Amino acid sequence: MDRDVILVMEHISKSFPGVKALDDVRLTVRRGTVHALMGENGAGKSTLMKVLVGMYTPDSGSILFQGQPVTIDKPETALNLGISMIHQELSPVPYMTVAENIFLGREPVGKFGLIDKRKMIADTRALLERLDINLDPSALMRDLSVANTQMVEIAKAISYDATLIIMDEPTSAITEREVAHLFQLIRGLKERGVAIIYITHKMDEVFEIADEITVLRDGRHVATVPASQVDRNSLIAMMVGRELTNIFPKEEAPIGEVVLSVRNLCRNGVVKDVSFDVRRGEILGIAGLMGSGRTEVIETIFGIKKADSGEIRIKGQKVQINSPADAIAHGMALLTEDRKRTGIMGVLPVRDNMMIASLETYSLAGFLNKRLINETCEREKRRLDIKTPSMEQLIKFLSGGNQQKVLVSRWLLTAPDILILDEPTRGIDVGAKSEIHRLMCKLAQEGKAIVMISSELPEILGMSDRVLVMHEGRVGGEFVRAEATQENIMRAATGQWQPSQDTAASAA
Amino acid sequence: MRATTSAEIRAKGLNRERWNAFLRKYAIVLIFLGMVVLLSILSDAFLAPRNLVNVVRQISVMGLLAIGVTMVIITTGIDLSLGSVLALAAVVAASLAQRSDWREVKYPGLDVPLIVPIVAALAIGLLCGTINGSLVAKFKIPPFIATLGMMTVARGFALIYSDRPISGLKDSYNFIGQGELLQIFPVAGQRPLGIPIPVLILAAAAIAAHVMLTSTRFGRYIYAIGGNEQAARISGVNIDRVKISVYALSGLLAGLAGLVLSSRIGSGQPGLAVGYELDAIAAAVIGGTSLSGGIGTIWGTIVGALIIGVLNNGLDLLNVSAYWQTIVKGSIIVIAVIIDTRKNR
Ligand SMILES: Nc1ncnc2c1ncn2[C@@H]1O[C@H](COP(=O)(O)OP(=O)(O)OP(=O)(O)O)[C@@H](O)[C@H]1O
Ligand SMILES: [Mg+2]
Repeated sequence: MDRDVILVMEHISKSFPGVKALDDVRLTVRRGTVHALMGENGAGKSTLMKVLVGMYTPDSGSILFQGQPVTIDKPETALNLGISMIHQELSPVPYMTVAENIFLGREPVGKFGLIDKRKMIADTRALLERLDINLDPSALMRDLSVANTQMVEIAKAISYDATLIIMDEPTSAITEREVAHLFQLIRGLKERGVAIIYITHKMDEVFEIADEITVLRDGRHVATVPASQVDRNSLIAMMVGRELTNIFPKEEAPIGEVVLSVRNLCRNGVVKDVSFDVRRGEILGIAGLMGSGRTEVIETIFGIKKADSGEIRIKGQKVQINSPADAIAHGMALLTEDRKRTGIMGVLPVRDNMMIASLETYSLAGFLNKRLINETCEREKRRLDIKTPSMEQLIKFLSGGNQQKVLVSRWLLTAPDILILDEPTRGIDVGAKSEIHRLMCKLAQEGKAIVMISSELPEILGMSDRVLVMHEGRVGGEFVRAEATQENIMRAATGQWQPSQDTAASAA
Repeated sequence: MRATTSAEIRAKGLNRERWNAFLRKYAIVLIFLGMVVLLSILSDAFLAPRNLVNVVRQISVMGLLAIGVTMVIITTGIDLSLGSVLALAAVVAASLAQRSDWREVKYPGLDVPLIVPIVAALAIGLLCGTINGSLVAKFKIPPFIATLGMMTVARGFALIYSDRPISGLKDSYNFIGQGELLQIFPVAGQRPLGIPIPVLILAAAAIAAHVMLTSTRFGRYIYAIGGNEQAARISGVNIDRVKISVYALSGLLAGLAGLVLSSRIGSGQPGLAVGYELDAIAAAVIGGTSLSGGIGTIWGTIVGALIIGVLNNGLDLLNVSAYWQTIVKGSIIVIAVIIDTRKNR
């Protein structure tokens, strides 16, 4: 056997009640390479990796690691073998510090068997410095943004000095700048002979960083190919099982009157004097770097957090929004960015998760119209191609992308006039992604106003009629579709855009 | 050839899955049935109709509390005040239901219709529950602390109201706890056996709560809050209102339980039902309600209450000493929950 091979997984099968998640799957990974694992939502990527790190016991199959047959029955075993993993679903301990999270389960012990906090902080600081991540080791995890939480998870996985690192959608919550940073770290690891299994739905990333690609579909192995020998379209065809053209199916919709108008919105130093309008039929993209206040702005508009000052008008009427319930009553809907913390209700069935925001419509005198609810769920399932054995399935057992689809349909069912989407296609596969984009266009054509926050520049450029760029809590620039170029947006996002040019006139 | 075998394996796998799913759902029922079988072998008296009716009658009070606390626990809350609220409701209701010819009457000369003590008990329960709910929802006090406070305060009020038992209650009042309806079960040589009214009350409350939890918007909101409070809020659920209502309902059921218990023993006592809330919480948890919220069913809780009831009764029949009873009971509760959580993996 090839001496370069570090991992061979063969004939791996794994079933859950009602789902065959993996069916005779194989995977071979080489030292010092990045091996991308690709496939649609629910294809079995995360499951395969969880089998590898001992979180799931496979029904059958064998694992060869560094030439030795191994049985990995718990995550600890995997770590001892030198396999660490960044999980798709971030699970920080919220009331612990960054340092405590990184050293969880292997805290440095000092005198009398007590935890040596000082060493832990110092080690964390050294680690973060080495990785060039700018975070305070003693900050509480709950105070970090999703993006920073993700960076901590990355640092943690690297800190084990593993020989094989699994990264399950590590870039789903971070912006281009951090992605570039992560890739730099990955290249460093490669040079030291570390192997990396990299799961993502972002094509650009795959072609930039991967050496080899394995594609799964419906729990089966489809192909393993060198990255240099495939192109985007053939890769998509392998994943989806059919050709897929036109990634951003942008269609123009007639743009009508202003529906949502925000003026001089301020909150506690994170949102500074933000003003913008959204019109009927329009898709407004909001871009910006991590921490630029994009999410803060829409959380304030939606009544999740209180504004200090400013004015919100809906269809010309000045409104007071004190809670999400108020916002919904005014025809707004918000798909939040943090699926786990503010989106899914994990231990509840898919059905409840889908219907929760629109139960008023689907009940009479407080009693649920169960037949109508079931029909609606089935229709949504077909429309968004949600993979779940049944509507009774607890949503936590769905793959990440399918959870996201359920949340999208939760909000569509409220029939909103103003649809705010914070990273709507995070973790969603190519096929479903263009499905959601198509849906956005259709909704715009139906006269809805859409606000979309995205960290993916191509998505912003591809979908928006107008782009608002946030920079340090302020509006750093605003561009109509024709002027929204990558350069303009990046300049505005870093505060280098002077609104002296001709576009500025529209704001006044 | 190969295809058939793998298809066979898959079919087998599916059957096993289905079996596992069945076990997952009904493990606690099987445990209960196992106990019933065991006890009927160990004791002749156990299966006698009178004894069985007795078992159900005995759990009716705790069962009412368990229904309320199940809903509270589903929202990730807890209610420790139930026993005390029950006692407060019981003494007040009893004082309004005394016979005027009794030697020691709280309100001499008072003779009000039966509806007055009933409404009083329910109102007291509702009030205490609403206060609990407001403390939790509006003042953001952890449920454990808020209801712990109510536990001592309500008990204090019960003792201030009457530091001795209030007895000599009207027959019409006592009928609530002692009467039987539907005397349709013939017993050789004795009058036919009926269904005790407390059991009917429990059944009615259980059915109402079950329908509410599974088929109304309010019920689904209760689960949603327990599943992820922040997500529910962003989805437009009025968290405060739902929480206050849930604690209020739990209090209401405690008031009802106070009515049932005082009329069954024919007196209202300030020291009633100490620690009942713990049995109720145990019943809910045995029945599969998760203390981390979002999970729980009324039928599960009723089975949990039956397990505790059968256990008490069986140990009595087997002449196990009271001290040993507590030890056996505690251990069996823990074991039942271990079995129940293991199957969830
Ligand atoms: N613990 C579980 N219980 C039941 N079903 C599960 C469980 N974990 C995964 N599944 C199912 O197995 C299938 C594969 O899921 P997996 O999470 O591996 O997909 P994935 O390829 O990682 O998808 P995504 O890109 O959306 O993250 C899905 O249909 C999912 O619903
Ligand atoms: Mg996944």
